[in-house]
Amino acid sequence: MATPQSRPWLYRHKWPTRLWHWLNALTIFILLMSGLMIFNAHPHLYWGRYGANFDPSWLGIGPTPQGGGELRIYRLHIPTTGVLGHWKDAHGHIQTRAFPHWATIPGSYSLAGARRWHFLFAWVLILGGTSYVIASLINRHFSKDLKPSRTELQPRHLWQDIKDHARLRLPTGDAAGRYNPLQKLAYIGVIFFLIPMMILTGLTMSPAFNATFPQLLVLFGGRQSARSIHFLCAMGLLAFIVVHLVMVVLAGPVNEIRSMITGWFRTPPEKQRHG
Amino acid sequence: MAKLVSRRKALVVGGGLMLAGCDKIAPTKPARAAFLGAEDLTYRVNRLLTPRNALAPEFSGADVSPIFRSNGTAHPGSPDYAKLLAGNFADWRLHVGGMVNRPLAISLDQLKKLPQRTQITRHDCVEGWSAIGRWTGPVLGPILQFAGLSSAARFIVFHCYDDFGGTPYYESIDLVDAFHPQTILAWGLNGQPLPVPNGAPLRLRVERQLGYKQAKYLHAIEAVASLDQIGGGKGGYWEDVADYAWFAGI
Repeated sequence: MATPQSRPWLYRHKWPTRLWHWLNALTIFILLMSGLMIFNAHPHLYWGRYGANFDPSWLGIGPTPQGGGELRIYRLHIPTTGVLGHWKDAHGHIQTRAFPHWATIPGSYSLAGARRWHFLFAWVLILGGTSYVIASLINRHFSKDLKPSRTELQPRHLWQDIKDHARLRLPTGDAAGRYNPLQKLAYIGVIFFLIPMMILTGLTMSPAFNATFPQLLVLFGGRQSARSIHFLCAMGLLAFIVVHLVMVVLAGPVNEIRSMITGWFRTPPEKQRHG
Repeated sequence: MAKLVSRRKALVVGGGLMLAGCDKIAPTKPARAAFLGAEDLTYRVNRLLTPRNALAPEFSGADVSPIFRSNGTAHPGSPDYAKLLAGNFADWRLHVGGMVNRPLAISLDQLKKLPQRTQITRHDCVEGWSAIGRWTGPVLGPILQFAGLSSAARFIVFHCYDDFGGTPYYESIDLVDAFHPQTILAWGLNGQPLPVPNGAPLRLRVERQLGYKQAKYLHAIEAVASLDQIGGGKGGYWEDVADYAWFAGI
């Protein structure tokens, strides 16, 4: 039992978890940024089997006739001048591609170059992810660390966890050594939903793989729907990364990052709870 | 708060460094080897997982795109092509040569008398858009067989009338795709003769690959053992000039 004075060291992350975390961090960033460049080649999204310039798109990013940039979602026009659809490149020149140079790989327009990065790291994602899943089944990372207990899934318990997060009241003492329920659900969502969805919708866009496994086209409602879902899930991953990084900063970045590198986590001091 | 801002800055700087790093790494030898290795792995795994004659999805008439947009060259501006077009392609011939026992020169009328296939398939541009159209034309495999394809041939090269600044467009496929039942030489789109922007009089349809493989404005087919001596040696116009992947199945 940790007292406010004693702050025991805890071996928190096993090596396969740590290795995959950093490999995957790199992989997801390269896939996201090269994916944004691929999007730049045709910055419109559609639902259904087909979709091209003359067909109605549900999302579009580009320059406006007034000389700015905008993101359009259905009939909602959101001005994005300076960031999306109208921005300055590294040389100060105005560009009207969808995503700006600092968000894409490569930094200047190259669909072929982006595809090289994307399809190399797609393999890293698939092979690394598969190895991690196998290792986590063997070392019981999933069943011991990620699987929420019955109690944790009770609505009252979850609601308490949501309130604690909203008040930025993070677990201390012994509880900080375990994942909290929302954290578990977020990780499960990424590992068992978002990343598999990225892989499956990605494969559904492949005309070669359509011949191998046409059922995926039925599942996602056509290639252009798969492309839209691929984009939405990528934005979901981006949202996860933002929240994840904020939580790391709030929970104590040195301790958190150290534990993800060495495995060792120093239990934060127990705090007195009010109310 | 100042700490938070500096951390956010650190993140942005970190992302920028990674981006700059990627752009520096991309042209290096190890990166090139990794990229080409990944393409080769994708190609091999696809050939391993996909039965040789597995069909690309075909659609119903209701799924056809209202407007089938064209891409790339909309009109090969050459005088040769203009003359053929003016004559309604009566003088046009498809030359089948290279590593074949019996080189051929086939007219459009002769092509239309061969066993035809009509298929409603999806055209996927490398940029991301898709259009569905109804294609009609003779199956490529029997033409190659009739020409007596040499057993040493490994690739089929498609030479085109269009060019980009004097560099002629061409494409190439392996024999698995060349003898695939859906690989046709289309002269018809949506029940009409192929419009000029879509590649009149004849274009390749290789349905398990992306749009840039669907060579338009065909004038010659060449069987080869290696792609090294063709064009820039990478197997296609976009492969040569912009490093697009030769295997465009994904």
